[in-house]
Amino acid sequence: MTAAAAATPMIRMSGVDKFFGPLHVLKNIDLEVPKGQVVVVLGPSGSGKSTLCRTINRLEPIDKGTIEVDGQPLPAEGRALARLRAEVGMVFQQFNLFAHKTIVENVMLAPVRVRGVAKDEARRTAMELLERVGIANQADKYPAQLSGGQQQRAAIARALAMRPKVMLFDEPTSALDPEMVQEVLDVMTTLAAEGMTMLVVTHEMGFARKAADRVIFMADGEVVEDTTPEEFFAAPKSARARDFLGKILTH
Amino acid sequence: MDFLSRYDLLGAFWVTVRLTVFSAIGSLVWGTVLAGMRVSPVPVMRAFGTAYVNLVRNTPLTLIILGTSLGLYSTLGLALADETSGTFLKDNNFRLAVLGFVAYTSTFVCESLRSGINTVPVGQAEAARALGLRFSQTLWIVVLPQAFRAVIAPLASVLIALTKNTTVASAIGVAEASLLMSEMIENEADKLFLIFLAIAAGFVVLTLPTGLFLGWVAKKVAVKR
Repeated sequence: MTAAAAATPMIRMSGVDKFFGPLHVLKNIDLEVPKGQVVVVLGPSGSGKSTLCRTINRLEPIDKGTIEVDGQPLPAEGRALARLRAEVGMVFQQFNLFAHKTIVENVMLAPVRVRGVAKDEARRTAMELLERVGIANQADKYPAQLSGGQQQRAAIARALAMRPKVMLFDEPTSALDPEMVQEVLDVMTTLAAEGMTMLVVTHEMGFARKAADRVIFMADGEVVEDTTPEEFFAAPKSARARDFLGKILTH
Repeated sequence: MDFLSRYDLLGAFWVTVRLTVFSAIGSLVWGTVLAGMRVSPVPVMRAFGTAYVNLVRNTPLTLIILGTSLGLYSTLGLALADETSGTFLKDNNFRLAVLGFVAYTSTFVCESLRSGINTVPVGQAEAARALGLRFSQTLWIVVLPQAFRAVIAPLASVLIALTKNTTVASAIGVAEASLLMSEMIENEADKLFLIFLAIAAGFVVLTLPTGLFLGWVAKKVAVKR
């Protein structure tokens, strides 16, 4: 990798504005995520953190500003955008596994249909990934037959099957029963340790402390703090961050 | 009862069956394409789909069937069979009728499917797009297969309606069951109710199993969420 390539941030947002009708959900966001960094985005609900995550692969189009992924500006809707999305893995709050396909078919689908990988090779890779997230024995079941934690791990395997450059996690544990949160966080922690570039919107403070390189705190559509997890939890600078932490860490 | 054996009831119902099957296949294909247009991100396609469905769905079927014969064939000269063949009129009318049924029934297939598409959670399409699938792939691989499973029961109703609607083809001389019925009534006016019963029974034999079978299929393939 040349110095210039290394310096190109994986994600770059500059001057990004987004409105939902009259509601200004993202206000002049500037953000750079270097390669290999694990960024956790925190903030009260309605702060725009999920929207921020969804603008990066253009599931939410923006009204102003620019977004670049690995130096390439986000294209408009069409083939070029589909190609870019293939490089950006995404994990959703509601898992969104394809309900009419088995787990292994879910994981194979995009490599076969988007990348043109041969079916048996895609199946081999899919099984390896399912093994990695610990649900290889569930491969031939349908999503509805799995627990939430298993479904979310399958969804992570499905995203990884495209060998993405960066992974976006949009509240990956918020829809899970408490006892299933850890198994998903474990998979994510491993992924972070392996050097994957990650942007994680979450309420899991434990994960932020343990796995994040950087914490971004959002409120009312703005980035209020951008710092290391140690500093953020020990000495938040803004009143809003102190207020937020006070509410979630006291009990 | 033995007067019935003087008529080719089976032959007439066989025409009904063929009309139904060909029209059903055509309607399924064209109706799916129309549904694709109606949910497409391209405004021109959406506008065409909407205009087509609203125009054709609200036109009486008899008008459409007569339109294929009087309009497409007699006036515009569109022949769907070899004009030198001995069975030209029969073949041409049959095919024109199928064309009319497809044009009409596809609008109902389209609207059923569109309501099926609405049962598929938005997240399914978002996940597909996030993986790099194009719009057409998202539609064909992820959304439509789930939408179809959700609308098999309403599609069965459309199919049953189509089976009975094929009687309108008698208006352009297609020799299906109801045309034979008219002929029988003319010849055997004293056995009116018997003739009605026989024809009605024929339709029930065709439609009842269809409904039961598709109802079973609908349960079998339902997507669990």
